[in-house]
Amino acid sequence: MATLQFLWRTQAFRLAILLVLATVSVVTFMTVAVEVEWSFILQHRGAKLLSMALVAAALGMSTVVFQTVTHNTILTPAVMGLDALYLFLQALLVLLLTSAGVVALGGVNKFFLELVLMVALSMWLVRWLFAGNASSLHLMLLVGIVVGILFRSLTSFAMRMIDPNEFNSLQDRMFANFNTVQTALLPPSAVLMLLGAVFFWHRRHVLDVLALGRDAAINLGVDYRRAVLQLLVVVCAMVALSTALVGPVTFFGLLVANMAYQWMGTRRHVWVLPAVVLWGVIMLLGGQVILERVMGFNSAISVAVEFVGGLVFIFLLMRGGKA
Amino acid sequence: MRLHRPCDGAATRVNALAWTGALAALFALALASLAVGVSDVSWDTLWSDSDDDLVAQVLLFSRVPRTLALLLAGSAMAVAGLLMQMLARNHFVEPSTVGTVESATLGMMVTMLFAPQLPVLAKMGVAALFALAGSALFLAVLSRIRLRSAWIVPLVGLILAGVIEAVTTFVAYQFDMIQVLRAWSNGDFSTIVDGRYEMLWLSLAVTIVACFAADRFTVVGLGESFATNLGLNYRALVWQGLLVVALVTACVVVTVGGIPFVGLIVPNIVRLVVGDNVRRNVLWVAVLGAGLTMACDLLGRLLIAPYEIPVGTVMGVVGSALFLVILLRQRRLAGG
Repeated sequence: MATLQFLWRTQAFRLAILLVLATVSVVTFMTVAVEVEWSFILQHRGAKLLSMALVAAALGMSTVVFQTVTHNTILTPAVMGLDALYLFLQALLVLLLTSAGVVALGGVNKFFLELVLMVALSMWLVRWLFAGNASSLHLMLLVGIVVGILFRSLTSFAMRMIDPNEFNSLQDRMFANFNTVQTALLPPSAVLMLLGAVFFWHRRHVLDVLALGRDAAINLGVDYRRAVLQLLVVVCAMVALSTALVGPVTFFGLLVANMAYQWMGTRRHVWVLPAVVLWGVIMLLGGQVILERVMGFNSAISVAVEFVGGLVFIFLLMRGGKA
Repeated sequence: MRLHRPCDGAATRVNALAWTGALAALFALALASLAVGVSDVSWDTLWSDSDDDLVAQVLLFSRVPRTLALLLAGSAMAVAGLLMQMLARNHFVEPSTVGTVESATLGMMVTMLFAPQLPVLAKMGVAALFALAGSALFLAVLSRIRLRSAWIVPLVGLILAGVIEAVTTFVAYQFDMIQVLRAWSNGDFSTIVDGRYEMLWLSLAVTIVACFAADRFTVVGLGESFATNLGLNYRALVWQGLLVVALVTACVVVTVGGIPFVGLIVPNIVRLVVGDNVRRNVLWVAVLGAGLTMACDLLGRLLIAPYEIPVGTVMGVVGSALFLVILLRQRRLAGG
């Protein structure tokens, strides 16, 4: 007992538990209820697994970094209207190019087009953060949400004008979907994701210093403005990446980031960054297995995650937004 | 805040002039709303003594009900927004941003699933109960949040609304009702005909009650201790206000679906001009709310005629753009 308690106090042990859980999730996900040929399963589920892992890593890490930079554990970068912009882009593309045109544009081109536009929008919003005092942070969020509503309304506006025959090709993209990921997008996303992850990992000590607050960070010799801007650019790119890959997921990052803080019992990024990725994998893969196989729901993981994540958000707000 | 204003002759004249202008504009909008549509209803055909029965029928059964419904729903939602802002003591909330509309929609869906044979009035009652619970939940969450900057209040409301909407979507998903849900949760007056809108008169009655209680709600907006000092029962007043908001919202949601942003934009514009006194600005809010709703509906009917865009969508675009302008303006004023 005493050794267990001692072990529990070490972060490495807790991380190891997460690693085991994540491995179990991966193995269960790949092997449960195999009824067809293995080669097919490996290919089909492998693509799904990779996309889920990419989303888990991108959203988890970017949320942690975003929260450190903004000194707030109730924020998630995805709240800022990026998902709504994504939906609007989908509708606009179908409206302007028709669905045949969208196919002709090619998945990879479309992916990069969406990526660039989403990063541009989020950079515009991030400017608000730097304009002033603490309250402007909430204002930035509010502006982000309202921009989101604006885009959502514009989307249904565009939908009204789209030929009903074209509409079906659009409808599939309205919900986050891990089942029909285009495999052509996986290699470029994986590379971009890896670059972002390496950047965050490289900056983990700077992040620890930034967490102390603006004045302390500057006193300790960090070029505050530059460091924060760089980090936020990468954060926005990562969120845009995951949205362009699978669709809008709003509260997932918030959920896993707070789970990582609680589990690791520390805010040091050397521990939190890997923990958040592992929690993300466990939540998505484990959740998918449980919802699909145990509860019999059909691919409702994104809805479930949004629901739980939203409740966590309210709970955190009621606790006063500190932890 | 301008509770007292010098009431000299000049001010009264300006006021009367403004009122005349506003009512004339509203009348013009109503006439336009009667005239616009697929079936050609020109004033000549109406007044010439031709035996064109069709024109009269279109007017009586479709155009007049639609225009009345727009007037009633627009003014009711705007007044409900004003009340909500007093209750939450924040200028950036309204029923569709704090979960009231979403709760009413959830209530509607529950009745459709479990008791589809209920009369419409009973369905509305259930929707109103849900709306009441949703708004009370918002106020409860709000009172427990320690960190209260002006911006966090609407933020909480929007997130709460999102969570309630997620529950509704989840249930709808399980029962394969997403399409039905989309069809009637978005404010749309195109299905309004004679016999389909009369419930909105109920919202008018509730709105009038709210106008008479306006002074009390002004005091509620000043806070609990202030209201108690003046000898008012603060809690009872808050519940009355919530009941009014919930009833009005349920009426509108059951009849035409949610109309976002009217309750947010209109009271803020009126406040900028007239000030914070509810009794002074409640009528302005009602008139402007009706006008804005009618204008958006007209726009939706004209943009892709002979088809039309639901008013909820048009209002979503117009309203959120206006709201952004107000937010950014406030921010510049605050010097943040």
